[in-house]
Amino acid sequence: MWTWFYKLASPPYVYGVAAALTPWFFALAALTIGYGTVAGLAFAPPDYQQGDAFRIIYVHAPAAWLSLFAYTTMAVAGGIGLIWRIKMGHAVAAATAPIGASFTLLALVTGSLWGRPMWGTYWAWDPRLTSELILLFLYVGVMSLRPAFEDPARGDRAAALLSIVGVVNVPIIHYSVLWWNSLHQGATIAKIGKPEMPGSMLWPLLSMLLGFMLFYGAVLCIRVRGEVLNRERQATWVREAVKS
Amino acid sequence: MMSAFWSMGGYARYVWPCFGFAGAVLIWNLWSARGYLAAARVRAVRALAMDAGEDV
Repeated sequence: MWTWFYKLASPPYVYGVAAALTPWFFALAALTIGYGTVAGLAFAPPDYQQGDAFRIIYVHAPAAWLSLFAYTTMAVAGGIGLIWRIKMGHAVAAATAPIGASFTLLALVTGSLWGRPMWGTYWAWDPRLTSELILLFLYVGVMSLRPAFEDPARGDRAAALLSIVGVVNVPIIHYSVLWWNSLHQGATIAKIGKPEMPGSMLWPLLSMLLGFMLFYGAVLCIRVRGEVLNRERQATWVREAVKS
Repeated sequence: MMSAFWSMGGYARYVWPCFGFAGAVLIWNLWSARGYLAAARVRAVRALAMDAGEDV
């Protein structure tokens, strides 16, 4: 276990593993997202209250879930870089930020489009919506802070600190629908097993959740390789890596 | 049958833009990540060439 952990601190090892994993992640993501999209749009029955508008869940819920997962990953990776001074931690954190920000934007836009027919408005200063918007600002802050320092190491540390402080927003987003009165519905997956979520609705959703995660893994692998090359471009192993 | 599918029970103008935007976000992620890696490769090749004293 620890040997593997130490290996993850090695830039050439991370570069090689990321390159090997990328096609697998993409292939599995294409399968799961393809199945989830077709089954969710064409075969899942309409919701008895929301009609066909409920199908927005197949992109909204995976995007929202991924926005939280990517932020937590960024904070943990930044923390590893900060505490153990492992450069690959900062590389993963930097690679995660734009992906997480884009899926947070997707969650906000799809939520807004879902909110219009259900709540009668595109936007409300609701706890769930507001805390998700704050998450987007945190991503933008982390991405802007890193290059604001002349010394890249200081930029990494500052971005890691901000992402760790901002991680407090993750449980706030998750529990906002329980802690405060909210227009937003409760957790969807927590409703598994109840009769109102039959398998024909649930399996496409789970497939999309898995597909978005796999897609995130694939894109993260590509971006991490870019980060590693940017940070290690003077290293001798890079000579062989860029030739291939 | 097909027109019923595309109309999404009257919610087409909300459902399809969501899936369209999701597709755009996936494509953007893929495109920007590949561009980022390609740019990093170019920078690495240049740095190595400069170290070797080659004219770049």
